[in-house]
Amino acid sequence: MNRIQNKLKENKKILSIYFTAGYPSLNDTVSIIQNLETSDVDMIEIGLPFSDPLADGPTIQASSSKALKNGMTTEILFNQLKDIRKTVSIPLIIMGYFNPMLQYGVEAFCKKCQEIGIDGLIIPDLPVDVYSEDYKSTFEKYGLVNVFLITPQTSDERIRFIDSISNGFIYMVSSASVTGSQSGFGDDQKYYFERISNMDLKNPQIVGFGINNRDTFKQATQYAKGAIIGSAFIKFIAENTVENIKQFVQSIR
Amino acid sequence: MNYNVNEKGYYGKFGGAYIPEMLYPNVEALRQNYLKIMAEPSFKEEFNQLLKDYVGRPSPLYFAKRLSEKYNTKIYLKREDLNHTGAHKINNTIGQILMAKRLGKTRIIAETGAGQHGVATATVCALMGLECIVYMGEIDIARQAPNVARMKMLGATVVPALSGSRTLKDATNEAIRDWINNPVDTHYIIGSAIGPHPYPDMVTRFQSVISEEIKWQLKAHEGRENPDYVVACIGGGSNAAGTYYHFLHDENVNIIAVEAAGLGIDSGESAATSVLGKEGIIHGCKTLLMQTKDGQITEPYSISAGLDYPGVGPMHAHLSKTGRAEFMSITDADAMKAGLELSKLEGIIPAIETAHALAIFEYKTFKTDDVVVVSLSGRGDKDLDTYVKYFKL
Ligand SMILES: Cc1ncc(COP(=O)(O)O)c(C=O)c1O
Repeated sequence: MNRIQNKLKENKKILSIYFTAGYPSLNDTVSIIQNLETSDVDMIEIGLPFSDPLADGPTIQASSSKALKNGMTTEILFNQLKDIRKTVSIPLIIMGYFNPMLQYGVEAFCKKCQEIGIDGLIIPDLPVDVYSEDYKSTFEKYGLVNVFLITPQTSDERIRFIDSISNGFIYMVSSASVTGSQSGFGDDQKYYFERISNMDLKNPQIVGFGINNRDTFKQATQYAKGAIIGSAFIKFIAENTVENIKQFVQSIR
Repeated sequence: MNYNVNEKGYYGKFGGAYIPEMLYPNVEALRQNYLKIMAEPSFKEEFNQLLKDYVGRPSPLYFAKRLSEKYNTKIYLKREDLNHTGAHKINNTIGQILMAKRLGKTRIIAETGAGQHGVATATVCALMGLECIVYMGEIDIARQAPNVARMKMLGATVVPALSGSRTLKDATNEAIRDWINNPVDTHYIIGSAIGPHPYPDMVTRFQSVISEEIKWQLKAHEGRENPDYVVACIGGGSNAAGTYYHFLHDENVNIIAVEAAGLGIDSGESAATSVLGKEGIIHGCKTLLMQTKDGQITEPYSISAGLDYPGVGPMHAHLSKTGRAEFMSITDADAMKAGLELSKLEGIIPAIETAHALAIFEYKTFKTDDVVVVSLSGRGDKDLDTYVKYFKL
């Protein structure tokens, strides 16, 4: 069984952290992962930077272009991660846009992920229908969990379909926005979290976008299995050293 | 061979809708409704009425006598530059604003490169009393200042795109992000035959009035509906798609697509996607785009803001791969020369985008009795500053 699936069985709320690989410095990847694990984070999303990240707000955009300027490539990321399973056992997910994977070759990419010990992928611009027709069998062949997004605008019918083809968790985008919005959660989110929670889906849900402190983490995990922090962590790591990651995690829970 | 879109939204292997889930409800609603809405008699009536009374269609098909003499062939210019707002872009924005109203949208967003699409969008928003936000790269705001002023005067908000190369690609990214942030009340009027399905097909259909008119106009001039060649410049490919549309399946009509070579194909400063591009995904569709080996989209370059885009619409990628269209690339220098030449020979100052299409006559020889129709996609008012500086006029 996949590390993500095992983790989700634990009777606890999941804290997942996103960071952009190659940021702040090209070779921070492994030490960020190691420090996140020792800081008691439950899951890590390694962002493969892309030149045109459509679903991301200014913070992740800026970290992605800096990472690319630093020289990050798909090949370099895979090289940095090649021995990662000798030191960490935390579930690892690669999050990235579809074009770099397409250029690497989807099958080659998945194969490499399996060799390294990556547990899942989040590809925001790989649509559900294309995935289920063209790529599902490849992902499964290499033991990868694929994670889909839902939003407050996603219909019940579509959520059920997404649930049916998912095998890890559902990424619940907290509100209609790109990453990094700071508005906090109001009645709309509460209603949405409740609505999804009442659907009794087979896959647990993890909330992302707009989680940036103890309050928003708490609100999100009141209904959902866990929450993902991205932009707030990127901002932290820009101003602090890798050794201070524990402080960040302690500020959340 | 079929050159139109199939039911799944593909032209051959190009097209589709590679969009984040956040955009799905809007794009799906559009996909399900656009053909139905376009087929409604009331829609057709309103669209045609506005094209006639507001845009000033039909646009003339003008026999360019002196240009024809110079190149020893028969050159006709399809005068999209005479449309209200000065380019073909308004054909699409009229169609999409009527579409947006029927979809119940009240807020309109758009991207723009040359500013022609931004002006055309701001214009129809003023006409319909809808809020209008236009994203435009910072570089383009500087080089197309007259159009920025026009958009503001028309009541639109112009938001600078500050990321990447600060041109059309980045303006499109910002518009897409706006749509993600505003999924309920907003319609995104894409300005070229690009983006996720159904946009390339919808924009092509709205622009297809160009070739529809060419057919009957050419019949009056030449006694035949079909020219030997149709020629258009390609940024994303909307004026080209409209110019080719009714000739796509008539293999006797040769199609020429003209891309911007910038400082030269091998200079590293170019926007000639069919030569430099590779299959991949940009702005929600699978098409040819300029990218690194690693799949990062590269920054294009052209003197012309409207052609300064690292991709082409999926229909054109298909026309290129199948060989249905002949792709040519024209440098900044050749385009500028052709723009000046048309001004002096015919008294028509073309947009620099359009000038690329006119420059092919220096490189390709046509037979004396060939009928060559060139899409004169826009007028050069917006480019006067660039022309004046370039030629030290
Ligand atoms: C006059 C003119 N022609 C051509 C273009 C290129 O766009 P497309 O390829 O969609 O026709 C533009 C774009 O701004 C334009 O303003």
